[in-house]
Amino acid sequence: MTRRSPWPVSLWLGAALTALLVALALASFLWTPYPAEQVRVLARLKPPSAAHWLGTDHFGRDVLSMIMVGARNSLAVGAAAVGLGLLGGVPLGLLAAGLGRWGDEVLARLGDLVFAFPSVLTAILLTAVLGAGAVNVVLALALFNAAVLARVTRGAALAAWRRPFVGAALALGRGPLSVTLVHVLPNIAGIVVVQATVLFAVAIVNEAALSYLGLGIQPPSPSWGKMLGDAQTYLFTAPLQAVFPGLAIALAVMGLTMLGDGLRDWLDPRHRSSGVL
Amino acid sequence: MPITPQRLALTAATATAVFAALALTAGSGRAQPRTDLVVGMQLEPPHLDPTAGAAGAIKEVTYANLFEPLLRVDGDGRLVPGLAERWSVSEDGLTYRFSLRPHAKFHDGTTADSADVKFTLDRARAADSVNAQKAYFAPIATVETPDPQTVVVTLSRPDGLFLFHMASGDAVIVAPESAATNKQKPVGTGPFRFERWVAGDRVVLARNPDYDGPAPRIDRVSFRFISDPAAQVAALKAGDVDAFTLFSTYEALPEFRNDPAFAVTVGTTEGETILSTNNARKPFDDVRVRRAMAHAIDRGTLIEGVLYGNGVAIGSHFPPHRQGYVDLTGMYPYDPAKARALLAEAGYPNGFDTTLALPPPPYARRGGELVAAMLAEVGIRARIEPMEWAAWLEKVFKGKDYDLTMIAHTEPLDIDIYARPDYYFNYRSARFTALNDELNRTQDQARRDALYGEEQRVLAEDAVNGFLFMLPSVTVQKAGLTGLWVNRPVQANDVTAAAWK
Repeated sequence: MTRRSPWPVSLWLGAALTALLVALALASFLWTPYPAEQVRVLARLKPPSAAHWLGTDHFGRDVLSMIMVGARNSLAVGAAAVGLGLLGGVPLGLLAAGLGRWGDEVLARLGDLVFAFPSVLTAILLTAVLGAGAVNVVLALALFNAAVLARVTRGAALAAWRRPFVGAALALGRGPLSVTLVHVLPNIAGIVVVQATVLFAVAIVNEAALSYLGLGIQPPSPSWGKMLGDAQTYLFTAPLQAVFPGLAIALAVMGLTMLGDGLRDWLDPRHRSSGVL
Repeated sequence: MPITPQRLALTAATATAVFAALALTAGSGRAQPRTDLVVGMQLEPPHLDPTAGAAGAIKEVTYANLFEPLLRVDGDGRLVPGLAERWSVSEDGLTYRFSLRPHAKFHDGTTADSADVKFTLDRARAADSVNAQKAYFAPIATVETPDPQTVVVTLSRPDGLFLFHMASGDAVIVAPESAATNKQKPVGTGPFRFERWVAGDRVVLARNPDYDGPAPRIDRVSFRFISDPAAQVAALKAGDVDAFTLFSTYEALPEFRNDPAFAVTVGTTEGETILSTNNARKPFDDVRVRRAMAHAIDRGTLIEGVLYGNGVAIGSHFPPHRQGYVDLTGMYPYDPAKARALLAEAGYPNGFDTTLALPPPPYARRGGELVAAMLAEVGIRARIEPMEWAAWLEKVFKGKDYDLTMIAHTEPLDIDIYARPDYYFNYRSARFTALNDELNRTQDQARRDALYGEEQRVLAEDAVNGFLFMLPSVTVQKAGLTGLWVNRPVQANDVTAAAWK
């Protein structure tokens, strides 16, 4: 093993932004400035003030509180979608690489089927059929994630199978399952983790897109996408409404993407970019 | 330079010519009133045949402009002559005689006479009729045509609303030659005729030069379809549309009111907005639960939150501007404690879980979110289910598979829907049905008003649905445009009286 180089800038920044996001979400369990669902119509569409740091929305709800609880919802959907994707995709990818030949072929074509449609479209289709709501959004996004992760795992695992130490292990009489778990999986874990981080960011964008369309997380539970969708109506009358949920989505996605990029650079020095963003 | 007579004449002639030219320019420069009009609408009609579809947008484009019923409803809700210039009703309320305009013609040049009226009425009440309000025509026994200008309609039972129904968009007179193709290429008898339809964008109507009635002041009217609220505001500000009717971006109204380039009118519609409740499904079959919900909803906050104050509360299924209205808004004052007590009495001390289906209009999506928050205060946890129109019509309206939903009932004088046993409220009341039967037999206006009052009271006592507010008719238009309706007694964008100052 080569000595790991110091953390690249993108990893620092990405980790910091992601930590902030997680902290915001965790804090929302203990404290929010106001109950996020508390409606006060007469105090609606207020700009930021000492009482409401990020202002109030069209029903007079506190925007900061909604963004905090929204972070929790976004993270939960992202984590569930990526977690399920890992559970489904990684074993399938390993299986495809281990089976080779027609087994590999069948799994690859199944993956193509999922990739034939953009992930948001698949998710819209599935929520249209199964009904709107957080659970169905998770299922739809997990399906896409599983396909991506299966493909990435398979590619990496195939490369690992060709390496000398795997051949040596096989020659020593180890079975394919044991070789997969002991030698292949640890060698591809880095690649899978990087991919999962990027998919996490994609899941947050897709959840926001679905909620924006009214198919995702349902009110009264706040969601960044829904907040942005509501704000669209007020672009002329209260343009600030769109700024904070938009900023939240942008920062969360930027943080996770940079974290993924940074992790990749750090784990695999051949991919190293210049170190600047 | 010596002044010669020729030169003098030349100068005089030049001066005259210049003056004449100036005078001419001045004459043409004095603002000619515009003769075109662009009206913005939120929804595009699926087709343009009002006798074959319930979508309000169809009537909003064609009613009074392109198609005419026998009688018309004007902007104040009165019955005025349409294709029929006179009409009379027999003493027993069973025979109606209509005299048609003698020179009325369809836009394809064929005459519009009693045969066309008979064709229209027979088509609407036929077994295979696709009319959205087939029930309007059900009382008709026979349609006779003693001469080309006279139609005699005999009813099998008295119907106090028959004339009103015959003035609806569903009863416009069509010709046998064009009835089949009216969806794409409508042919009516109105002062405007169809010019073109740019799908997804606009329908254009042009003045009918052969119209036998008073000519409209507008030469050409375009109905433009803009569904996005922000785009509606932008289109008005950019001058792309001259007026926007049924404007629902209420939060933008103060801005337009403060701008002298625009005029804003807020009038009434027939849209009773209600929290429709499945009376057959537990726990809503218990009147105490329905009354608890009525106490849980703060209509003032709802009207402020959804309509920015541009609406009035209702206590039953009847518009306050109509004759016969009874104010029942005080029957269930906002009182969460009482709501909780009623729920406990009905056996739900901890409330219950339910679903709230919401169709696409902003009043439903926004209002539903607020109603859900109010119900949650008393322990009724309503899960919101946003739905597209097609799904809502199929599942909720036709399939009656729902707990709660929020919708505006925009048909005028539609309190009789509570007498329909198969309607999606699943409400059955012998008391109400008896009142409605008597109403149908009654011609006397004072008695009719009293019966309407009784009906409203029964619905309020039974708390059949959550009675919330009347949807307002908000029009934002350019200053200088006159003649558009302020109120909306029927679904229509009647531009026959529109004019520019």
